[in-house]
Amino acid sequence: MVKVMYRDRTWEMKAGSTIRHLIEQADLNPESILALRDGKLINEATLTQKGDVIKLVSVVSGG
Amino acid sequence: MKCSKCGGLAVINMRQHRLRLCSDHFVEWFASMVQRTIEKYEMFTRADKVLVAVSGGKDSLALWDVLIRTGYQAEGMYIGLGIDEGIGYSAKSLDMCRRFVAKQQPDAVLHVVDLAQEYGESVPDLARSRQRGRGKPCSVCGLVKRHIMNRVARDGGFAAIATGHNLDDEVAVLMQNTLHWQAGYLSRQAPVLEARDGLARKVKPFVRIYEREAAAYTLIRGIDYIYDECPFAKGSTTNFYKELLNQLELRSPGAKQQFYLQFLQAREAGEIQFAGEGIAELHPCVRCGQPTTAGELCAFCRLWES
Repeated sequence: MVKVMYRDRTWEMKAGSTIRHLIEQADLNPESILALRDGKLINEATLTQKGDVIKLVSVVSGG
Repeated sequence: MKCSKCGGLAVINMRQHRLRLCSDHFVEWFASMVQRTIEKYEMFTRADKVLVAVSGGKDSLALWDVLIRTGYQAEGMYIGLGIDEGIGYSAKSLDMCRRFVAKQQPDAVLHVVDLAQEYGESVPDLARSRQRGRGKPCSVCGLVKRHIMNRVARDGGFAAIATGHNLDDEVAVLMQNTLHWQAGYLSRQAPVLEARDGLARKVKPFVRIYEREAAAYTLIRGIDYIYDECPFAKGSTTNFYKELLNQLELRSPGAKQQFYLQFLQAREAGEIQFAGEGIAELHPCVRCGQPTTAGELCAFCRLWES
């Protein structure tokens, strides 16, 4: 499984999907999100692997 | 996904530029994009002293970082607004700015002005007790920041105030102003606001940088920034428009930059003009000496009277 974190939410998904798919599955817009694995930025076509911890970061801020 | 420049592993895909870049080439591309924007709009030169308005957020810290790294004389200015709201928002923001200096740019100069210490009341205090701020602290906050930024820039002999407004910020404002046909605001929205009658020059070197790119830059450079939204900005209209525009961008890559850049081009070419483009006359406030269009006292000084 893959652990996914976004703001104060955490959930698990099956390994083997792309980051883009993972973002879309969470009902988020890939244009508004960046993904980190082990603190490093990863591209949207990256395939997740068993044991990955993926942190999703919203890029939208301001008021 | 491979880097378009070196064939290494890409960390970001920028569909609007048809460019996929690795960390090193992204940081290089980002700096050159900012450099080209500064030159295109003649914002400032390396001989000028520039005051960067920093909030502890990703955009302002990324801007300060990239300006220093590319050889500009950029000093930071943080305004302590006294926003706590149970999460210590202002304290955290200042801490991020100080951490940035300690970790990324130890020689950088950070000017700090604390509103409550210097003037006696914080933004939440003002918002609670004044007519202007009642139910809308963002209005008081904007007024306070504009006044203090201008004062520090003028007193310190800075050639310009640089803010971290990115392309998404500008497009969201453009969309709001277009939907409401705010001709006055549309006529003034620009990458550079020239100095006049005591008003410091204001520049936005990130107007061609997507918000996603600014965030990627801070993450790659290892810049810690305040991730929390200002508690008063939660649910703001600007963020709602940004999300809408990102839906559009998802369907049509490059839509945001096209909307903004073509607006600037059309206005520059005189293809669109707005009524009321005349500039209001300014005179010095009798108390603080800062420029105002109002009567004897500027809006900032009136705030403390009321």
